[in-house]
Amino acid sequence: MTSTSTAIVIPPISLWRRIVDRTMTGVAVLTVILVLLPLFAIFAYLVYKGIGAINWAFLTQTPKPVGEPGGGMANAIVGSMVILAIASVLGVPLGIGAGIYLSEYGRNRYGDAVRFISDVLNGVPSIVIGIVAYAMVVLRQKHFSALAGGVALAIMMVPTIARTTEQMLLLVPQAIREAAYGLGVSRWRTTLSITLRAATSGVITGVMLAFARVAGETAPLLFTAFGNQFWNWKTDQPTAALPLQIFTYAISPFDEWHQQAWAGALVLIVLIVSAVSAVRIAVRRGTLAGA
Amino acid sequence: MGVGITVEQLNAFYGKTQALFDINLTVLANHATALIGPSGCGKSTFIRCLNRMHETIPEARVEGKVRIGEFSVYNGTSATQLRRRVGMVFQKPNPFPTMSIYDNVAAGLKLNGFGNRKQLDQIVEKSLHSSALWDEVKDSLHKKSGASLSGGQQQRLCIARALAVQPEVLLMDEPCSALDPISTGKIEELIFQLKEQYTIVIVTHNMQQAARVAEFTGFFLLGKMIEFDKTEKVFTNPSDKRTEDYVTGRFG
Repeated sequence: MTSTSTAIVIPPISLWRRIVDRTMTGVAVLTVILVLLPLFAIFAYLVYKGIGAINWAFLTQTPKPVGEPGGGMANAIVGSMVILAIASVLGVPLGIGAGIYLSEYGRNRYGDAVRFISDVLNGVPSIVIGIVAYAMVVLRQKHFSALAGGVALAIMMVPTIARTTEQMLLLVPQAIREAAYGLGVSRWRTTLSITLRAATSGVITGVMLAFARVAGETAPLLFTAFGNQFWNWKTDQPTAALPLQIFTYAISPFDEWHQQAWAGALVLIVLIVSAVSAVRIAVRRGTLAGA
Repeated sequence: MGVGITVEQLNAFYGKTQALFDINLTVLANHATALIGPSGCGKSTFIRCLNRMHETIPEARVEGKVRIGEFSVYNGTSATQLRRRVGMVFQKPNPFPTMSIYDNVAAGLKLNGFGNRKQLDQIVEKSLHSSALWDEVKDSLHKKSGASLSGGQQQRLCIARALAVQPEVLLMDEPCSALDPISTGKIEELIFQLKEQYTIVIVTHNMQQAARVAEFTGFFLLGKMIEFDKTEKVFTNPSDKRTEDYVTGRFG
């Protein structure tokens, strides 16, 4: 290099490059629309088909026999909530616990085995999990129950929650753990109060993902919760659930039931979306501003 | 009050690789001791052996004797017990991201089950005073998260956090390497004051820094301690040729 440097001339951006730039941006926008379109289409169609059958009676009454007008899915709405609550109480702690194990203690062959099994479990068809819950709970209790349904859904929640919890905990920098160790904080306390807290929002996302997924499950409930046309407040009795009710009504030959099936589907989606958003807002409120 | 540290025949390993070879060293109480040497020479590994942080790495192990005050570090003391007496400040500031400034400083005590609110308030204030951060954060102790502070402030927050558990020894692993000269100056000033109450061991890449803050300096090379003496002696009249080459900048 000589000291008399020649000025570098940057050529103007060519037409071709501008065209490629614009086209690629356009393609990116298009794919986003393509991804979102089905979601909105489903929701719009549900509203269109279902909103007509939603009224006060639908939300507060139990189903009426065929031919009698009116009636609703109140028992199925509550039943679904009960079953999901049972599933969450059983599945969430187990899933998070397994995730903590995998991330903090399971960097070994046993951990690899757990990881593999959990991925396999994630791929097991839901009806098979229903059969397992049937054998484990229903056969022993001698009747269908909300508990059996909850157990089936809990089994489905565990692998998803475990794997996302593990991933989220691994994202927490080692330096944060070391900071706690350096203060003389024990390992389990560090995991619970420092690492898990730093990963809270990610772990909650995993839990919500699992929750939303099992909330719409029908197959594992067929021979566990079984369904019920009447109110039932006991967790050891057959219990109605929205997906089951939708299934029963949708395959029936009656127009009025079809209408109610659409309405039930709409209610189910609204319930899931509001549960997920409520948790998200609560978590955001709970965490520190500026964090 | 600070306590002294005695290290005898310390060897440290990562799996099959040996990182430290037969280190012998005596650190005087209430003095600052600097450890210098090129990257990868084992300085950090060495101070991580002093509070048993080394063994948190999978497959890492230590042989030899370390005494801190009346504690035998590798014999009959639990790691958590020891670390409450031996504070540590890391290379990169690592405040707890989900906690407020106050909670960051109080973390060590709170997580160890100390719940006296009033005393905690006092300790937090005192620790932040000691780390020269109080005036900058006193109005947002609970409002701001520790992660929202600037890098230099974060590092002083980490020092306050380490001081809050009232240790006797403070280990600093390149505490200024991620900081600008102004923040570095503040932390060096701090080290000067902290010496009165704590024994300080500081790893640094900055030889001027070692010369400024420490009474004693150890020179590490390839996992061995080549020379350990009064700082002045190490920098002006080292007894080993390799030390001389390093401090005069001829290699490393």
